[in-house]
Amino acid sequence: MNQKNLDTYCQNTWCPGCTNFGILEALKRAVSELIERGIKRENFVFTCGIGCHGKNVDYLNLNSFYGLHGRCLCTAQGIKLAGPNLKVIAFVGDGDIYNEGISHLIHAAKRNSDITVLVHDNRNFALTVSQFTATSPKGFKGSSTPQGSIEEPFNPLELILVSGATFIARGYALKIDHLKDLIVKAIEHKGFSFLEILQPCITFFDNRKFYEERIYEIKSPLSKEEAEIKIREWDYLNGEKSKIPIGVFYKVEKPTFEELVLKG
Amino acid sequence: MVKDYSILIGGAAGQGSRMAGLIIAKLFNQLGYRIYIYEDYQSLIRGGHNFSQIRAAEKEFQSRKEKIDFLLALDENTILLHEKDLAEKGLIIFNEDKIKRKNGIGIPIEKITKEMGGFPIMANTALVSAFAKIIGIDWKILEEVLKREIKREIDLNLKIGKRAYEISKNLLKIEKISKEPSLLLTGNEGTSLGAVKAGLKFYFAYPMTPATSIMNFLAKKEDFKVKVIQPENEISVINMALGASFAGAKSAVGTSGGGFALMTEGLSLAGQSETPILIIESQRGGPSTGMPTYNLQGDLLFVLSAGHGDIPRFVIAPGDAAECLYYSGLGLNLAWKYQTPVILLIDKDVSENTFCVNEKILNLIQSEKPLLWAKSGDYKRYKITEDGVSPLAFPGEKDAIVKADSYEHDEFGITIESEEVEKMQEKRLRKYETMKKAVEKLPAVKVYGNQNSNIALVAWGITKGAAKEIAENLGIKLIQPIIIEPFPQKQMREVLKGVEKLFSIELNTTGQMAKVLNSQGIKVDGKILKYNGRPFFVKEIEDKLKKLL
Repeated sequence: MNQKNLDTYCQNTWCPGCTNFGILEALKRAVSELIERGIKRENFVFTCGIGCHGKNVDYLNLNSFYGLHGRCLCTAQGIKLAGPNLKVIAFVGDGDIYNEGISHLIHAAKRNSDITVLVHDNRNFALTVSQFTATSPKGFKGSSTPQGSIEEPFNPLELILVSGATFIARGYALKIDHLKDLIVKAIEHKGFSFLEILQPCITFFDNRKFYEERIYEIKSPLSKEEAEIKIREWDYLNGEKSKIPIGVFYKVEKPTFEELVLKG
Repeated sequence: MVKDYSILIGGAAGQGSRMAGLIIAKLFNQLGYRIYIYEDYQSLIRGGHNFSQIRAAEKEFQSRKEKIDFLLALDENTILLHEKDLAEKGLIIFNEDKIKRKNGIGIPIEKITKEMGGFPIMANTALVSAFAKIIGIDWKILEEVLKREIKREIDLNLKIGKRAYEISKNLLKIEKISKEPSLLLTGNEGTSLGAVKAGLKFYFAYPMTPATSIMNFLAKKEDFKVKVIQPENEISVINMALGASFAGAKSAVGTSGGGFALMTEGLSLAGQSETPILIIESQRGGPSTGMPTYNLQGDLLFVLSAGHGDIPRFVIAPGDAAECLYYSGLGLNLAWKYQTPVILLIDKDVSENTFCVNEKILNLIQSEKPLLWAKSGDYKRYKITEDGVSPLAFPGEKDAIVKADSYEHDEFGITIESEEVEKMQEKRLRKYETMKKAVEKLPAVKVYGNQNSNIALVAWGITKGAAKEIAENLGIKLIQPIIIEPFPQKQMREVLKGVEKLFSIELNTTGQMAKVLNSQGIKVDGKILKYNGRPFFVKEIEDKLKKLL
């Protein structure tokens, strides 16, 4: 399958050099690979929230529902309920899902809804010209916090683990092959798969150097206890010393929400 | 003598007055009487005061009588609160174990229940059974109704009922009427059935009185094959439902005003993305938390304008269970025909009160097929068409790429912000014009009473019931607008011919329907408003109307 077929005529409006290009490339490679492995192209459905991440669906020549800010996991779960054979993948942003839509994220994980969540975590509201989000480090100087934000970030992986997600991984937008593998695994996972993607915002929060000095790939699988330790290794503050693990932290099989709803 | 009885049964929450009221209604229904049950309860689980007021009459009424012919008291509070409304020859039948008094008939319902080994709540069966004996209903009819209505511990209940029946004395004989028993439904049950008949597959809701019983009813009736989903909040409710509709499943949501307020962002998404959805909004007293278990018709202007941006929508306000049944089915079909939100606006009393329903209405509802893609050429989700309706396809369809969009978009569903956007806005405007034309061919306005009167009342929702009675009593006209948006201008003009004085009757503080009519260039000469949470008595309308005339 020619990857080009996955593109639309829509003009790309990301900043030149935006790391979203890396995620889109990894995603297209992952989808192409899955199509080659037999998943029908028409069975992919994407949803997204509002933010730079959302533009992905305009660039992808695949089924999509461009949803509301913070709400697209709800839409994704509705799609999966009505079309249990569909592969439903949600693009979300950090402001989108860790701020506006946090309750939906927690409950979708709690239900083990069989959807895949790809978080484009650039750790600021970029499309509204830089304000702090739930994962911005304390002291983040955005347009609404010129003196630096006073709030500490939370660690989304820790939150999603206690919420009941059955697949938890973290990738890096500029490690495209590694990210592609993670996306494939996330989509193949039966149940709620959560992939946090560290995505440097080259315009407002360019932390490429910070990440690249710290990230390392972990070996999977891990037990839940080991996963907890690895997940806590970096707490999303600007810790100078801490390393940042990427890879699959946790994977477990459980009945999915849709299986339980639709049985009988 | 006019056969028109009013029976009130009351008690504390947890004493089973509602179930007892329903059984009494079904007994009269078996004798051929038409039934209306008004439910009055408080927002609490135990204690307080709940009552059901049944009207059983030869003719069908949809309002309660002010005077009570039979007052059935499970507790003393019931007598303290309602004895003042007892008719001159009215009878009090009371729980002798809780209430000491001379007048009326005391029945040791708690003692009987205990002796028979029953649970305290079963004393309600004893009271109903004693009442049945007193008014001369055959044991066989009572037994049959008890068996049909009581799902748990029926043998024990029958034992208790039989004992109470035996020790009570017959005092009068309620005559049979030569009519078949009618189907009895609450508005919420009617709403559920109508949507199911029109092909409902998923119902999404977050609990909120007075819409909650729709969710409970659909969940209980497994043979409906409707999946009931209870998400984390109303925002999730509507966005999930839109996802399910997008994937091709007929979906509905239900809530009250506060929950609908949370859904408005999703309503706007439904409008922009042209995703079908039926939204049931059962009004209760507002603003804010208001009076959860009491009624106000205060959300009409809200639902008409809810959501940011211009959104084509239908707003439909049925006034009894039969109308709920018909219009809920119609509403779900309209949502899919025009790919747009349909709001079924009901109110607490329409939702929870019980009405007679003609079962034949079910035959009028079918699951209609929406306009589907012909499977040739490139699929365009938002294809520009003359009537504004674009053919649907769903994800999973081979050779179709289905793109829905909350942004303004082109025909394919790709986001655009160029001046081209006006083409899509005009497509939706044409769709609205198509909807407007369609409304004129639907039963959007109903008329009752004297069609030739130059005085007319306007009433909607539960208010229709009492207004119809007064219109018939006074020989004037009643107009009931049911489809309110798009506004049925032609039909309304037709029914207003010859009307010189028009009065709006509503359960709110400002006269919202009167404002809607004014905005359509229709002059309303006076408003009769009530806002204490309880629906109108006929006499209240009559007194206020006489002052206006």
